[in-house]
Amino acid sequence: MERYYQPDIETAPREQITAWQNERLTRQVRHVWEHVPYYRRLMEEKGLTPDDVQSVEDLHKLPFISKHDLRECYPYGMLAVPLKDCVRIHSTSGTTGKRVIAYYTQHDIDLWDDCCARAITAAGGTDEDVVQVAYGYGLFTGGAGLNGGSHKVGCLTVPISSGNTERQIMFMQDLKATILCCTPSYAAYLGESMKEMGLTPDQIPLKAGIFGAEAWSEEMRQSIQETLGIKAYDIYGLTETSGPGVAFECSAQNGMHINEDHFIAEIIDPDTGEVLPDGQEGELVFTAIDKEAFPLLRYRTRDICVLSHEPCPCGRTHVKMCKPRGRTDDMLIIRGVNVFPSQIETVLLNQGYPANYQIIVGRVNNTDTLEVQVEMTAEMFTDSMAEITDRQRRLVEGLRSMLGLTAKVSLVAPKSIARSEGKAKRVIDNRKL
Amino acid sequence: MTVKQISVFLENKPGYLFSMTKVLAEHKIDMRAFSLAETSDFGIARIIVDDVLTTAAVLREAGFVSSLTPVLAVSVPDVPGGLNQVLELLAADDINVEYMYAFLGAKHGSAYMVFRVADVARARASLTASGIRLLCQDELSEL
Repeated sequence: MERYYQPDIETAPREQITAWQNERLTRQVRHVWEHVPYYRRLMEEKGLTPDDVQSVEDLHKLPFISKHDLRECYPYGMLAVPLKDCVRIHSTSGTTGKRVIAYYTQHDIDLWDDCCARAITAAGGTDEDVVQVAYGYGLFTGGAGLNGGSHKVGCLTVPISSGNTERQIMFMQDLKATILCCTPSYAAYLGESMKEMGLTPDQIPLKAGIFGAEAWSEEMRQSIQETLGIKAYDIYGLTETSGPGVAFECSAQNGMHINEDHFIAEIIDPDTGEVLPDGQEGELVFTAIDKEAFPLLRYRTRDICVLSHEPCPCGRTHVKMCKPRGRTDDMLIIRGVNVFPSQIETVLLNQGYPANYQIIVGRVNNTDTLEVQVEMTAEMFTDSMAEITDRQRRLVEGLRSMLGLTAKVSLVAPKSIARSEGKAKRVIDNRKL
Repeated sequence: MTVKQISVFLENKPGYLFSMTKVLAEHKIDMRAFSLAETSDFGIARIIVDDVLTTAAVLREAGFVSSLTPVLAVSVPDVPGGLNQVLELLAADDINVEYMYAFLGAKHGSAYMVFRVADVARARASLTASGIRLLCQDELSEL
């Protein structure tokens, strides 16, 4: 039998959901208008006042917020309540001025925790379960979000954070963890490590996993389900909208229900900004209608996706989104970390390399790999092997401190990086997503 | 009394070494000595030729990155202990050999070694003081 964390909300009739959205959206627009001068100016530029938004039907009139706006507003520009009412911040992984700080009141934390609690319940979690949260804790939203959701459901929460694979597996066995929360690539890595240790799925009590923060394919789901002997569920979210839990998968495992009582989703044409009808592929846009401190209206996620209002066998009535099918910008998500090619370029230029480089992303044993190829130049070349490998090592270090990721650095022959119309193709993503 | 060695950057992939030797062959460049050092992703080909400047220009035109490095070309007696004798002199003067490789002359029973050291002048003094013969660039074509 399908279980719900908040059945009245999760299975509410469409009319009820729309009524909530109408009431909350109009209230939210007024709240933002009164407290966020930056957005008020955007509205005024379009000749809008809060009275122009009477229902969800009017949402399309409102201006978008982009990552660019958030950078402009760093750090307090989007804050809609007095700072003393905020109880926490989280931040994106971006490092070159792309960092976004999100603020939360206690109310914001509660609604976020509720969203994650719905996801855990949809994955079969109850107060009998032991939830191992192997997402990173800290500024990253993954650990905190699932931690909060797990508390709400009443699960025994193991806040182990990411890393230290041997300890993860030991805790999983000794504490009999039944639900694992982490990035899909880390789940796959844990599975491989268990196999190497000679453990079979039936020696591990895990029954389900909630995996998000990076794109993963259906094939990867199958592989994780087999190696860990579990059901693997997708979860979606971004720091700008709270964190994970904006949308989550149910037992049907074919798309994620968006928590529509808190977030209104739209699909737009990324070029024109026009709202597209259900079933059409476009950029996903979120409006947070119930958050207080950091209430983004029409935030452009840059994720390409499709929405579906088809009835779901699980009984939930909230709209479903497919797995994101790509991005409208050049951001890469590698092992759960957001990477912009411009960050890599910054490191290269800082270390005196020319801007002839290529980024190759792959996936080996379900773990993302990052390779940066740099063309050798006459200025850089020396007869000393030690000097060249030392250069490579410094570049690997530089990339690690910029991105928080270990990349393989390859020096390639001059002019060997393919150029089309004189411009090098910067990114080759070989992952089959 | 030093010889200019050409060092060429090569990717460690099938065909890269061939693409370099092909350029040299097409320009009828005779290599006196050749050595290859490698890591998993790149290598350095080190070559000794008669006409350094022409060879460097030909390689540059073909898109290769190269550099010139002064090295010592030492005539080593082709007898047991011949190399040992040379290394003993360098060791005694605390001179570190970064790398070295051997090549044979076409005439008489002499072998030659290329030595790369940080302080070429000191190594040269150390060897010549003990009567070890060093080749200069012009002598290469006569080997």
